Amino acid sequence: MFDFLDSGQYDLLGAFWVTAQLALYSAIGSLVWGTALVAMRVSPVPLMRGFGTAYVNLVRNTPLTVVVVACSFGLNQTLQVTLGGDDFKEIGFRLAVLGLTAYTGTFVCEALRSGINTVPAGQAEAARALGMSFTQVLTLVVLPQAFRAAITPLANVLIALTKNTTVAAAIGATEAALLMKEMIENEAQALFTVFGIFAFGFIVLTLPTGLVLGWAAKRLAVKR
Amino acid sequence: MNSVLYDVPGPRARQRNVVYTILFLVALGLVAYWVLSAMADKNQLAAEKWSPFVTDSQVWTTYLLPGLAETLKAAALSILIALPLGAALGIGRLSDHRWVRVPVGAVVEFFRAIPVLLLMMFASAVYAQFTPVSSDFRPLYAVVTGLVLYNASVIAEVVRAGVLSLPRGQGDAAVALGMRKGQTMLYVLLPQAVTVMLPALVSQLVVIVKDTALGGALLGFGELLSQNRQITANYGANTIAAFTVIALVYIVLNALLTHLAARLERRLRQGRRAAAVKDVAPVTNVEMGGANAGGV
Repeated sequence: MFDFLDSGQYDLLGAFWVTAQLALYSAIGSLVWGTALVAMRVSPVPLMRGFGTAYVNLVRNTPLTVVVVACSFGLNQTLQVTLGGDDFKEIGFRLAVLGLTAYTGTFVCEALRSGINTVPAGQAEAARALGMSFTQVLTLVVLPQAFRAAITPLANVLIALTKNTTVAAAIGATEAALLMKEMIENEAQALFTVFGIFAFGFIVLTLPTGLVLGWAAKRLAVKR
Repeated sequence: MNSVLYDVPGPRARQRNVVYTILFLVALGLVAYWVLSAMADKNQLAAEKWSPFVTDSQVWTTYLLPGLAETLKAAALSILIALPLGAALGIGRLSDHRWVRVPVGAVVEFFRAIPVLLLMMFASAVYAQFTPVSSDFRPLYAVVTGLVLYNASVIAEVVRAGVLSLPRGQGDAAVALGMRKGQTMLYVLLPQAVTVMLPALVSQLVVIVKDTALGGALLGFGELLSQNRQITANYGANTIAAFTVIALVYIVLNALLTHLAARLERRLRQGRRAAAVKDVAPVTNVEMGGANAGGV
């Protein structure tokens, strides 16, 4: 049943490794970008607030597929942006990370905003009473507590991000979904086995994330 | 929350804010300048690339609107099939019998853990191999099947959370009246749960609309996103313009749905307050925890 795997024709682990890399780089990128966005959305400068709100509402309502495909067709093929990649695969990977980061950042921003809302007003008021500036209130008092409260929604975003990396198949990143497409076409008689393998792969990738971060959320919850 | 994080700006803070505003404007301006000059460099700013979307109604009637119709058709079919299926799965997960609860739970968790794209590709291959569905309709079938499997399991969790959020007294009272389990669920719990979870369901519709684009990019489904190829082929490689317009159509559609969900939630909150049922809060996607994963 699994004999087509032994032919060496398909690099299954390699494909899932690319998926994991896509998820990891995009997760780091979207965490940074999402934090910057949420800082803008709660900042005292009206222009930054407006930009943050507009960006989140526009990008969140655009399908990820549109964002990623636009990165490839628009940025790469039309505007010749390569992000320093050399070949088609490399460029596809980097553009996919860019698209995933731009899109997932909005959800990280919303998760953190819900985290900020769980921090009692007294915390920020006490910090201000000590004479802290907005940046100090945010980075020393509010965000550390908000991050801990936001672990559960952030874990959900991370799981969704892992699943969303499959969209990169649309622009030729050599990750799991693209390999599955190829295998379905070549190994039609083993359709259910192929689907089972890839389903199992994604469960292996997403299940531990949920469990570990669920445990971390309980462990790190701010006791009030 | 905003006002809690900083004091009302005094004269110095106001000055500083002006400086920040100017710096931010400069940064935005630089990005805009880079994008526009890159576009001008590749001749993407030329008026004839953008004007068809305003002057030529054929772009809309031949490509964009039929594409939008396909998107809406797939989304509507998916939600209509996924709703009853999801409700059944959600109720199954609440069953008193372990032999119902456990397998249903396994099915729900399985389909929630797998990317929709894999489900769509798998469904497409299954239809090609085992059914006589013609290749014209296969992409639509595959997209709807993938979306139904995934969203039914998400809706199952919404339904479960909705029923569990009801006060215990509701079920107890129904039992005290001598209702059977099925009657309790059908006449007492489910009608109340549906109103509680309505906003979350409408939000799920946004996810479905966004996921239909997957079929256009990878399965040859003729929905809105896939129209960019025909448009750029027929109107002179206006890639950026085509993507901008297509994205805007999605944004308007989803913003309308989000607005509807918010309005529903507000109305439900008010209605609840009038009815003085205080411990029932509408289930939003954020509170749902697990189901929120589908919202991304």
